Amino acid sequence: MKKIVIKIPIIALVLMILCACGSSPQASGGESAEGAKTHPLGQASVSDDVSDKNILQVAIGSEAHSTLVAAVQAAQIEHVLVNAGPLTVFAPVNDAFAALPEGTVENLLLPENKETLSTILKGHAAPGSFNLEGLKKEARKGRKIFMANETYLEVVVDGDDVTVGGAKVIGTVQTSNGIINVVDKVILPN
Amino acid sequence: MNINKKILSILMALPFLFVIGSCSQGGNGGALGSSVADRVYVPPGEHDEFYAFISGGFSGQLAIHGLPSGRLFKVIPVFSVDAEKAYGFNEETKPLLNTSFGQIPWDDSHHPDLSQTNGEIDGRWCFINANNTPRIARISLSSFETEEIIELPNSAGNHSSSFVTENTEYVVAGTRFSVPIPQRDMPIDEYKGNFKGAISFISVDQETGRFDLSFQVIMPGFDYDLAHPGRGASHGWMFFSTYNSEEASTLMEVNASQNDKDFIAAINWKKAEELIASGDFETMPTEYAHNVYDESTHMATSTMKKEVRVLDASKYPGLVYLLPTPKSPHGCDVDPTGEYIIGSGKLSATLTAHSFTKMLDAIENEKFDGDAYGIPILNYDDIVGGVVQSGGLGPLHTEFDEKGNGYTTFFISSEVVKWKVGTWEVIDRQPTYYSVGHLMIPGGNSRKPFGKYVLAMNKITKDRYLPTGPELCQSAQLYDISGEKMELLIDFPTIGEPHYAAGAPADLIKPNQTKIYKLEENNHPYAAKSESETRVERDGKEVHIYMTTIRSHFAPDNIEGIKVGDKVYFHVTNLEQDYDVPHGVSIIGANTSELLIMPGQTETFVWEPKKEGVWPFYCTDFCSALHQEMQGYVRVSARNSNVPLKWTLDGE
Repeated sequence: MKKIVIKIPIIALVLMILCACGSSPQASGGESAEGAKTHPLGQASVSDDVSDKNILQVAIGSEAHSTLVAAVQAAQIEHVLVNAGPLTVFAPVNDAFAALPEGTVENLLLPENKETLSTILKGHAAPGSFNLEGLKKEARKGRKIFMANETYLEVVVDGDDVTVGGAKVIGTVQTSNGIINVVDKVILPN
Repeated sequence: MNINKKILSILMALPFLFVIGSCSQGGNGGALGSSVADRVYVPPGEHDEFYAFISGGFSGQLAIHGLPSGRLFKVIPVFSVDAEKAYGFNEETKPLLNTSFGQIPWDDSHHPDLSQTNGEIDGRWCFINANNTPRIARISLSSFETEEIIELPNSAGNHSSSFVTENTEYVVAGTRFSVPIPQRDMPIDEYKGNFKGAISFISVDQETGRFDLSFQVIMPGFDYDLAHPGRGASHGWMFFSTYNSEEASTLMEVNASQNDKDFIAAINWKKAEELIASGDFETMPTEYAHNVYDESTHMATSTMKKEVRVLDASKYPGLVYLLPTPKSPHGCDVDPTGEYIIGSGKLSATLTAHSFTKMLDAIENEKFDGDAYGIPILNYDDIVGGVVQSGGLGPLHTEFDEKGNGYTTFFISSEVVKWKVGTWEVIDRQPTYYSVGHLMIPGGNSRKPFGKYVLAMNKITKDRYLPTGPELCQSAQLYDISGEKMELLIDFPTIGEPHYAAGAPADLIKPNQTKIYKLEENNHPYAAKSESETRVERDGKEVHIYMTTIRSHFAPDNIEGIKVGDKVYFHVTNLEQDYDVPHGVSIIGANTSELLIMPGQTETFVWEPKKEGVWPFYCTDFCSALHQEMQGYVRVSARNSNVPLKWTLDGE
């Protein structure tokens, strides 16, 4: 009986000690979490005035890619597009998204479809640098392009036209961390 | 029952022991400890408030730390080679380490100082001295690279250096050891009267920062230890502590400590400028190297200079005066107003504060106490403005805050003492761990110090950190000096010997950072500014590879037709135009360092293949997701082989 009486205050005190000593690191942890809030996008929030623009910055600056940018933001994959890469992005123009069956884009932008959207967008990004010449070389050598959603896309050259996964390249932009090939279609998984 | 009570009391006491034990592990005493931690804690992603430029001492380099955290950000190679950064190994930086004695891979860097405008630090350049083979370097505070190194003739043990005048008119450098000037073969015991000390005034171009050794003042054969410029009313004067006014040349620890007083030498450099402008000087033949790094060509060049203008202090009345100062003064520090010149007699317990006003009066009224080689010695009692009865032992150096306080280090008694300028009363003293040398307050050598922190740099470490065998790092200790009493905040390790430091508010330096080098402004003669410009050219046994890097490949990456005995130059241009994306490169068996190439830059290393085979090279800086794929091969054939020169990327 005595034993029980003794143990309770000890446990209580030990708990109090733990709480008291733990409070200081918790407080500073709170501070750093607050610090993290000011950089919610990690590398995507880093900007400087002398480097060439990266893929995300170029896309944000392009009126024809506002739907793509909205989708990237909805899928929260911004840092993928600013990281050291190298990266090639096949960037569908707004008209390409508009050409999808009615309601598709709106549906993909719903929070519960974030994973699906992310998979589709990653199907437009490839590790490596492939400009128009590079794409033609891939076609000539019969190499497929490995995409970030783990699919392979075939490059087809027909006269002056280059298509990747069925989407036609209508422009190429060199950026600081890779290449943007503007395409006229959304590339959907088979 | 008694036993039960005992057990009970022990059990009840245990938790309190736990409290004391567990909470005190974090710092130097519970709640107080954690508040000190908060004051040096810089949260992840946040920046320090100050830059500290801490000399690397016998490492020859300059370390960049943040204050108050003490974190180390970069070691800038200055006087010693650095394989990590290819400094002194690549073809571009080798000329920076050229001297009249040839290529020198090491030196001992002591006193960094920052450029000033109107007596305030301005964030343009940092200067630092090499002691052993006398040189001064200029470091850009935009690129954080060594841009220029000038050798100093007639100098030896370049210690009272590198101190900057109020508008960066000059970086001033004084010899520690007097030597025969010009150097010649003569008996050492004929030192007295024959050896001389040279004080160098290096002018600084205000646009480019470029040095010119404007003139030297030739002084008596004392040892010149430290220096600081006048400011405010005393602008135009430079003050140097001296020891060995005995002019001894052996067992100096005894023979150079005989005189009760040595001197602070006051040089009127405005007067020297007038003499130079009027042509009243001698030109002396000599030899010294002047090495300049050009950011546009990404290359340094070395030029040998053949003469120097000199002014013999004995021959020009009014150019130099000697201020008697007790017991082998070491530190020579000027307060922010420019009125007081503090001499720290290192064998003394007191500090002597000479008054500039009184000095001028003594000069005007010729209150002299004899002369040394024709240079007037001012009467001690007529120039002293005050004495700090410190209570410490072995005073070395003083810095000042903006509130009229001086802070002096004491080597022997291992402490920093705070005292009041003008009343000379001691306000506070705090121990250092151990045997402190210099101390630094950001903006300390200027009219405008930033007296929030003082950094004490120690010579002896002993038990302060986890032991690392016989050789220990040296330490720096940061004190909060914002209140009446100094408070030790943090203790951090440094590189080499943290001899002296300079500090500046981060906001003065951060906005001017170089982030990348623009490719279109790259004028390196061997640059390849796009993959289409890459090529390999043979000129006899010399082969020049014009190579590029971009995430994640070299162009070219397959090279054939190289022969044993060739001298192969890899000229590698980093095509990246993105902040913080360097590439590195080296090849198996290269008898030199890697290259570490910043965006837009071109660097060159030489490889002399000795064996036939196919030898890989690779990117040494983890650059990207496909970094491990960033590699290539060089085929090396026999000397008499007919394998044609060929370079490809992806077979094309």
